[in-house]
Order: sequence, then C-alpha cells, then structure tokens
Amino acid sequence: MSPLEIDTLIDDPDTRVIVCCGSGGVGKTTTAASIAVRAAERGRATVVLTIDPARRLAQALGLAELGNVPREVSVAGFEPKGSLSAMMLDMRRTFDDMVIAHAGEKRAEEVLANPFYRTISSSFSGTQEYMAMEKLGQLAADGTWDLIVVDTPPSRSALDFLDAPQRLSTALDGRMIKLLTAPARAGGWGIRKVVSAGFGLFAKAVSTIVGGQLLADASAFVQAFDGMFGGFRERARKTYELLRSSGTAFVVVAAPEPDALREASYFVERLAEESMPLAGLVVNRTHPVLAQLPAAKALGAAENLEASGGAPLAAAVLRLHADRVALAQRERRLIARFTKAHPAVSLAHVPALAADVHDLAGLRDIGDQLAGG
Amino acid sequence: MVTTPVVGWTEQIARARLHVVTGKGGTGKSTVAGALALALATGGKRVLLVEVEGRQGIAALFDTQPLPYSEEKVASAPGGGEVRALHVDVEAALLEYLSMFYNLGFAGRTLRKMGAIEFATTLAPGLRDVLLTGKIKECVTRTDDTGRHVYDAVVVDAPPTGRIVKFLDVTKAMADLAKVGPIKGQSDGVVRLLHSGDTAVHLVTLLEEMPVRETIEAVEELDGADLRPGAILLNRVRPPRLPARSVTAAADGRVDASRVRAGLQAAGLALSEGVLDGLVEETVEHAIRVQAEQRAREQLAEIDLPAVELPEQVDGIDVGTLYELAEVLVDQGVR
Repeated sequence: MSPLEIDTLIDDPDTRVIVCCGSGGVGKTTTAASIAVRAAERGRATVVLTIDPARRLAQALGLAELGNVPREVSVAGFEPKGSLSAMMLDMRRTFDDMVIAHAGEKRAEEVLANPFYRTISSSFSGTQEYMAMEKLGQLAADGTWDLIVVDTPPSRSALDFLDAPQRLSTALDGRMIKLLTAPARAGGWGIRKVVSAGFGLFAKAVSTIVGGQLLADASAFVQAFDGMFGGFRERARKTYELLRSSGTAFVVVAAPEPDALREASYFVERLAEESMPLAGLVVNRTHPVLAQLPAAKALGAAENLEASGGAPLAAAVLRLHADRVALAQRERRLIARFTKAHPAVSLAHVPALAADVHDLAGLRDIGDQLAGG
Repeated sequence: MVTTPVVGWTEQIARARLHVVTGKGGTGKSTVAGALALALATGGKRVLLVEVEGRQGIAALFDTQPLPYSEEKVASAPGGGEVRALHVDVEAALLEYLSMFYNLGFAGRTLRKMGAIEFATTLAPGLRDVLLTGKIKECVTRTDDTGRHVYDAVVVDAPPTGRIVKFLDVTKAMADLAKVGPIKGQSDGVVRLLHSGDTAVHLVTLLEEMPVRETIEAVEELDGADLRPGAILLNRVRPPRLPARSVTAAADGRVDASRVRAGLQAAGLALSEGVLDGLVEETVEHAIRVQAEQRAREQLAEIDLPAVELPEQVDGIDVGTLYELAEVLVDQGVR
C-alpha cells in the first residue's frame, strides 16, 4: 500500500479529469471541492462540477444560487495561480438543453411538454447520473479548462454512476414501449411464440395497471424522441470513452465504516474490469490517536483516580483517550481489510474535522491532508 | 445540561402492529430495524422483518444466506419468540400480483430477463411503492385458520428519510396509475392501514447536525401527509466523558493542562509534553463533539416525540450485538 500522491496527480498536465466517487454521505462533494481548490492554487485552470452540495459548502465556493453553467469562484482571499470555476448540476435543465440541441424547435416543444418526459427527466433513477456524464462531456468539449473535477450523484451504490446511464438508455430506446403498445408488431426480437402470447397479456396487464393514458404518453414521447436517440447514445459513448482514457483519474472516497468500504471495494474491482484508471482511495473522517498512551494504561489510571475520587478532569481525559484508541483501532482494522483485498491501491487519510467545512480555509485544510500534510 | 426526555415506548406505539423504520443514510437504520424486530419478538411474539430496497441488508445483519422472496426464519428471540424476514423483490411482487388476475404462464421469467418488468415499474414510478406497500399490508393483515394474525408485528426497513413520505403516500402514487381496476381496490386498504393507529413511523438518527435536521424535516412531512411519527431512535450514542461544567471551556480550546498533568501524576503517570498536548487536543475535539450532540438533543426535544437510545458499538455489529441492542430496547420499554 502506497500513499496517494494527490499533488503529482494534479500537477500532471496530462490529468484532464478527476472523478470523485463513492457511496452516499462519505464526503465526495467536499473532497472534489478540496481537490479543485488545491489544483487551482497550484496553477491549473480548473472547473469543479458538484452535484448536490451542502448549503455551506456551496457558499464556500460562492455558489449562492443554482446555476447550470460554471462560474468563476471569486471569494475574498482566494487568488489562485491558476483559476477555479464551479457549478451545480441542474439535472432537469441539462436534459432540456440536450433535447433542444438535438431536436428541431417544434419537436423539442412536443417532447418537453410530454408528461412521460417530465417523469423521466425529474424522477427516473439514473437520470442524474446520465446528466452528470452529459455535463462532463460538455465541459470537456468546451476547452476552457485544463482540469475538470467531477463529483458524482449521491446514490446508495457507487456503481450506479457507471450503470445508471445504461438503465436510462433502455428506457429511452423505444423497444420496450413498442412492445407494450403494439406487441404484435414488435418482431425481430427472437421471442418464442409462447412468450409472445404471454407478452400480449403482460402488455394488457400493464396497461390496466398504469392506465392507457400513461402508455399513450410514453408512446408519443418515444416517437418524438426516436430521431434524437442515436445522437444521445453517441454522446454517452464518447463520455464513456473519455472516462477510460489515460487523462482520467478516479478517486474513490469512503468513510471508515464497513458499508462504505465494501462499496469502495466493489467499485475498485469494477474500475479494473472496465479498464478505468484508478488514482486511489480517500478514507475520510478518520480519528487518528493524537497521544501515544496505551488504552489499557489510560483506563487503569482512570479507575485509580475515580476510586480515590480526585482529579475528575484527568480521569475524564484518560477515558476519552481510551475511547479514541478503540475507535482508531476499529478504523485501522476496517481499512486493513480493504488493503488486504486491494494491496495495489494508494491511500490517503483525512481526519474528521470538528465542524463541517464552511469556507475556503476548510477546503484548503482538507487539501493539505489529502496531500499527506 | 438539557437531555432529550427519554419517555421510552408509549402505550400508543405499543399498540401499533406495523413499525416502519426510516432514517438518513448512514445512521444505521437497518441495524436498528433488526434490533427492533428482535425486541418486539422477545417474550414469545412472531415478528416479520421486511426489507424493500434490494440490498440484502437483513441477510448480512443476521449472517444468513441472501434471502429469497419468501418469509424465512432468521432468529429466535429470548422467551420463545421468533423473527422471520422477507426481502421484497419488486419485480417478483409485480409478477405475483399480475398472476392473481392473469395467467402469464412461462412468460414471466423471460419478461423479467428482458427487463420488461423493470421497465413497467419505471413507466410509473409510483407503481413500485404501491406494490411494496401492498405486499407489506398483506403481511400485516394475514390471518391463520383460527382468524388470528400470523404476525404480532411487522417491522419494515424502509427507504431513507428523504423518500419516506413518498413511499408511504400511496394515495399520491395512485394518482399516476389507473383510476379503476384491481390495483385501485387494493390500494384503498393500504391507505387505511398506513394512516391508522396500527402504523407507527420511527425515525433513526445520530446526534449530528445533518441527520437531526433531516429527522425534523421528515416529521413535518409525515405530519403534513397525515402519517403517524412513532419514536425517535437515537443510534450510536457515545458516553460524554467530560464533567458537564468543563465542556464549554474545553470546546473553546481552554483545557487546564496543568490540572490534567497534576491529576495524571497523582495516578502515577508521568507523561511527556508531547503526549500531554495530544491528550489536550483529543479533549478539545471530544468537547466540541459533545457540544454538537447537546445542540442536536435540544433540537430533537422540540419535536416532542418519545425517544429511545442505543449505545455506540465500537467493535461493529454482529448477531451477538444485535441481541444486546434488542435488550437495551426492551429495557427502555419496547414491547
């Protein structure tokens, strides 16, 4: 196991995209922002794409309101050698823009007004991931920035970032809708007769349940969307290629908890399968021991003090130290389990901060920790 | 020092037969749901623990094989009770549901493989929740030959706080779906159950800012949708070590190092400056955390719900600790 060389990574002009991924609630967005701030201060023309930043983190980046285009971060005391722009993903607007760009004006209007489109574009699981990819593709094509740092949507599983776009593709590509609305004519599927009969019943059942109107909307949507779909898929394919290129680095973020590290493990394995470049694992919010004093010794002394009834402050200090040693041991055990399974993965530890990050100084601190300081 | 009034499990909650457990991601919702199921089963009851999000968390928790779509015994409770578990698979539930009305024959499995069923549930996102709550209701109301309920209680490891009201608000989900037909008739019964005194929605939280804020928002949303919040389940509560009077000063960075040193010497520990500095720094961080926990307690006290507490398990959760947590719940009146 080697330390994650974050400075080597961000100083390398060939590094064009850094993707921060991991399961929800592990501090991905904060990590992405910290890397971006550090890269800008070390001279890169950087843009950070955040997905759903906590209010105070957004304020730290000067992102008071939601904007779907990058804006230069201008905060007092921030004069980077390079530059930093930041944006928050607006999933619905990104989707709308994509439709408008691909369809003629009249057809775009039709699609945007379709109730089924509204469902897909606002509440389909996978749309956010697809749109994050789309936005990344746009930023890369723009050429204004030489480093793009991407935060990924807060899904339960880190793998969703790679899998969800495929789910959306299946929903949009129209075969299913055709099958449901006109199963008799959906030939060429190689469906055996018995299944075909079953499908007819299934289509009837689905239509009974979801209602004919919804199916009609979906069908109208797919027809209007049909010509655009090729373009959509082509863009998604390009972005996917970008993710596999040597200019991309994945930084997997985890908390020192069993679930988060398990997700990180899955993700690391998946990246290897897809030949996607992994930079390393960031273990966030660790609790390193700050005083070299064995827990057993501390507890023994605390018991002595408590028995004699004196020095309650010192006894408390000894007990909280013993708690901390136990916690640090647990975290080390969990991390060791990960490194045993993935010995080649570089690691960085970021100790827990006393309070949530709310300004640039906080982001800089995290950047220092990431760099091993 | 203000503490959340721990009034434990009220009569009203004890009467509920459906216990829905929600919480922000990362608060240990599934563990608490498992411990609650064991606690409710204690003393000879039959409890069903239901998982709806396809992550096989129950199997991991009780250290069993991944659960099939059937009700399997996963644990015996003290005093002769038992916990069964059900992993509700939406696609299987939809097929099961359809087979009540249509004979799909062999087609079901192939349809599933083609992704047709997943597609049907994405066509109408509400359909997913309607199917899941429909299955839960069937379990809650199922009776045996003698007319007695098969389960004394059903505990649901439900979606997180951000989605819980959407999940339970079947009336709204039905707006997406057909206004007539079999699913409409069934859903009326689900709505009655979820809004009745038979159902309690418990909220798992840590004593941290974000989970507490989400808990408070979820309670408001539940009230707004006429659903019934049950208890607050404070998870992973850590003991405050500092004397209460020292917390504020220590959180400001004022720890009387000479007093600590004198105390340590009295205990026979002669420590270097470096170690002493480290101890002081750890003490400051501890105090800041205790203060944040205190604020969290004050905020929770305002929503005025019964609360029970579960201690932090530093060595992680295994089946043994699950029984310990269940015992802690029983001691606080869970029944």
